Amino acid sequence: MRYSVSEWTKSGSPWVWLNAGAVAISVIMVVGLLGLIAVRGLAHFWPADVMQATYTQGDQSRRIMGELVQQEMVPAEQLRGAGIQVPEGVEAMRRDLLKVGNRDHLPADFVWAMDSRITDRTHPEMIMVAERLEWGNFYGYLREVREDGQTVARHEGYEKNDDYMNVWQEFQRRIERVLEIREQILEIEKHKIGSINYELERLRLKERSLELEQSTDADAYAEIEARRAELDADYEVLQQDLIDLYTRINRDSFTAEIADGREVEVDVAKVVRAFLPNNMGTGDKLMHYAAKLWEFLSDEPREANTEGGIFPAIFGTVMMVILMSVLVTPFGVIAAVYLREYAKQGFITRLIRIAVNNLAGVPSIVYGVFGLGFFVYFLGGTIDDLFFPEAKPAPTFGTGGLMWASITLALLTVPVVIVATEEGLARIPRSVREGSLALGATKFETLVKVVLPMASPAMMTGVILAIARAAGEVAPLMLVGVVKLAPSLPLDGNYPFLHLDQKFMHLGFHIYDVGFQSPNVEAARPLVYATAFLLVVVIALLNFSAIAIRNHLREKYKALEM
Amino acid sequence: MTSEAKTHAIDISSMQRDDRQLNLDDEQITLQVKDLRLSYGDKEALHGIDMDIPKNRVTAFIGPSGCGKSTLLRCFNRMNDLVDGCSISGELLLDGDNIYDRTVNVADLRRRVGMVFQKPNPFPKSIYENVAYGLRIQGINKKRVIDETVEWALRSAALWDEVKDRLHESALGMSGGQQQRLVIARTVAVKPEVLLLDEPASALDPISTLKIEELIHELKKDFTIVIVTHNMQQAARVSDYTAFMYMGDLIEFGATDALFTNPEKKQTEDYITGRYG
Repeated sequence: MRYSVSEWTKSGSPWVWLNAGAVAISVIMVVGLLGLIAVRGLAHFWPADVMQATYTQGDQSRRIMGELVQQEMVPAEQLRGAGIQVPEGVEAMRRDLLKVGNRDHLPADFVWAMDSRITDRTHPEMIMVAERLEWGNFYGYLREVREDGQTVARHEGYEKNDDYMNVWQEFQRRIERVLEIREQILEIEKHKIGSINYELERLRLKERSLELEQSTDADAYAEIEARRAELDADYEVLQQDLIDLYTRINRDSFTAEIADGREVEVDVAKVVRAFLPNNMGTGDKLMHYAAKLWEFLSDEPREANTEGGIFPAIFGTVMMVILMSVLVTPFGVIAAVYLREYAKQGFITRLIRIAVNNLAGVPSIVYGVFGLGFFVYFLGGTIDDLFFPEAKPAPTFGTGGLMWASITLALLTVPVVIVATEEGLARIPRSVREGSLALGATKFETLVKVVLPMASPAMMTGVILAIARAAGEVAPLMLVGVVKLAPSLPLDGNYPFLHLDQKFMHLGFHIYDVGFQSPNVEAARPLVYATAFLLVVVIALLNFSAIAIRNHLREKYKALEM
Repeated sequence: MTSEAKTHAIDISSMQRDDRQLNLDDEQITLQVKDLRLSYGDKEALHGIDMDIPKNRVTAFIGPSGCGKSTLLRCFNRMNDLVDGCSISGELLLDGDNIYDRTVNVADLRRRVGMVFQKPNPFPKSIYENVAYGLRIQGINKKRVIDETVEWALRSAALWDEVKDRLHESALGMSGGQQQRLVIARTVAVKPEVLLLDEPASALDPISTLKIEELIHELKKDFTIVIVTHNMQQAARVSDYTAFMYMGDLIEFGATDALFTNPEKKQTEDYITGRYG
């Protein structure tokens, strides 16, 4: 039989193929994107082997030490332009990016080097990596552990032996001690002194408001003064504790030989952890990886956000999205119920509906500007005038904060909830409403007891869409309350626990900040991927939980099929 | 009509019709329709209906599609109020009071005049909660009262034995026939005076239809029943009185036997013999 194109077209298979192809391409793109950021981001935490090699430039050669981060081919032309000699007939040459660390002792912690100039590559077991609170990673051979400037243990040479292991263990013990002390310092500085400062500030405001009221209540002043004296005394005690702890933490130091052969001294107090990557088995590396990943998830950032964790950003993002959902759901649902059930359907309702639909298309930065102008300056300023005059001129709500950010995003997403809820309400069969009315229920009772529960999956769909949009939004947040580094979480142990006026960190803004505002681009790049991956995961988790709730509701209020 | 006929017990199992003569003049009247006119916008759908619905009897409305029988039925509990552009004139008296009076509370009226729709419309709640719904709306919250009423209503709807072990499962898991009986139970639970059935069996299979018809026989002891049906055999089987409607007019109304065996109007005869409709 002859194969006919028109038959084939009529059969519909080309369209099936077209659709299947489109779906396949979309899936591949999504999976590829997620895969790329996951691999790039998550690989950062793996303890890479540290290479030692000889780098020859002209007739000079020197020892280098570092992690091989990346290799790329560079066109010969570009190299020649940069004054590097390239043999004839070679199209491109490989060059390596090395992370050499030791930012305080070397000119740069990342260096590009021509692959051909790096020779004698070895991975000596004794190279140590120390992660530090400041100046990034340290690479070198551990030489000596000191206590109060006195040598406790020393080791020479590059061979692994018992002597070396003694020095290493001594070093590890001291790191652990430092970590313990640092924990105590943190506890005092963050929590105890933090609470005292918080209360002192509240006392100051109380006093100020008494002054503003021109109160002559001497008892009140005396009470404040007494409490302040008490707090000051507490503070003195804590301050003394802190001084002691700082003396203790600064007791130890170590020396190590770095790549250029110098032996440098580093305070143990600066070290977060030290390890011998070339000497680690796969199991050790996995443990290390897990620990690093956990640190990333649970710790606060350090070194201008290029190291440490991003917990405050995760917390801020989730907190803001939850607040936004709590705000947007009732508003959207009530508006939709009025529009669909009570408002007279006519020109004006149609106009409102068009306006609502158009609101969904307004660029988010416009909402940010509106939020800043209306919520922050106008509403916040008014609130400050009325309720927090004692804090002026420092603004309380008159500056960006968690509440304004949530409200701005709620405004941004309310059209989505309205549209979804309206559609849900429209889908409730008339027969069910009539059934309820016929039993003597009023319209309101019918709405509350039958219609709204049945429309709840649609409302959840609206909330899911709202979350998906809000969680990824950055532009408006930059205007209404997100900061690069927030000193404390918006939820803590100080009354009233949830601080709606506080500024907060956000994963989306964190990506922008780390990736494009960071002084150390090479160090920050993997964190951009990791943070991006985490943002996707957080949004996915928020969405999945909302979807799970919706599916549960859907099961419960399954549409009447007959 | 003799006093003997009034206490006559109907043999449900055989569905045999008693051969006594029913006469509208002997009946106690529950609903009185007086010159009822209804129009949707400019279009008049009911052109002045006058009829009396007798108490504790089954009255069937028959007629071709679009003749206004469902519209008339929906006037009895003011369901037409929900339709935009619907206006009604004339009187509709329930126990002597005009239900279209300004002072009437529509929710209260609907409690007295229950309605079962063509398609089963259980709420997406448990079987128990479906039946208890009307009671809870009335503010009855005593568990004992609700328990008793639910059981009574489900027994009245001949459903109790089938569902007593799964009262707290979703009503949506029941078969269509069970759902329709549940809806009847739900309506019966609020103890209305009048039960309006709008083609209650048209979406059901023959067995379920039979059960619903048996149920109607049983229920008329306690309720005044008005049923709209497409199915003339059904009207003949279940009703005591039949009204034939055509194009928004009541053509003929009388005892079912008389209407089916000896119609007075030619239109009625044409319809029941299948010449149109």
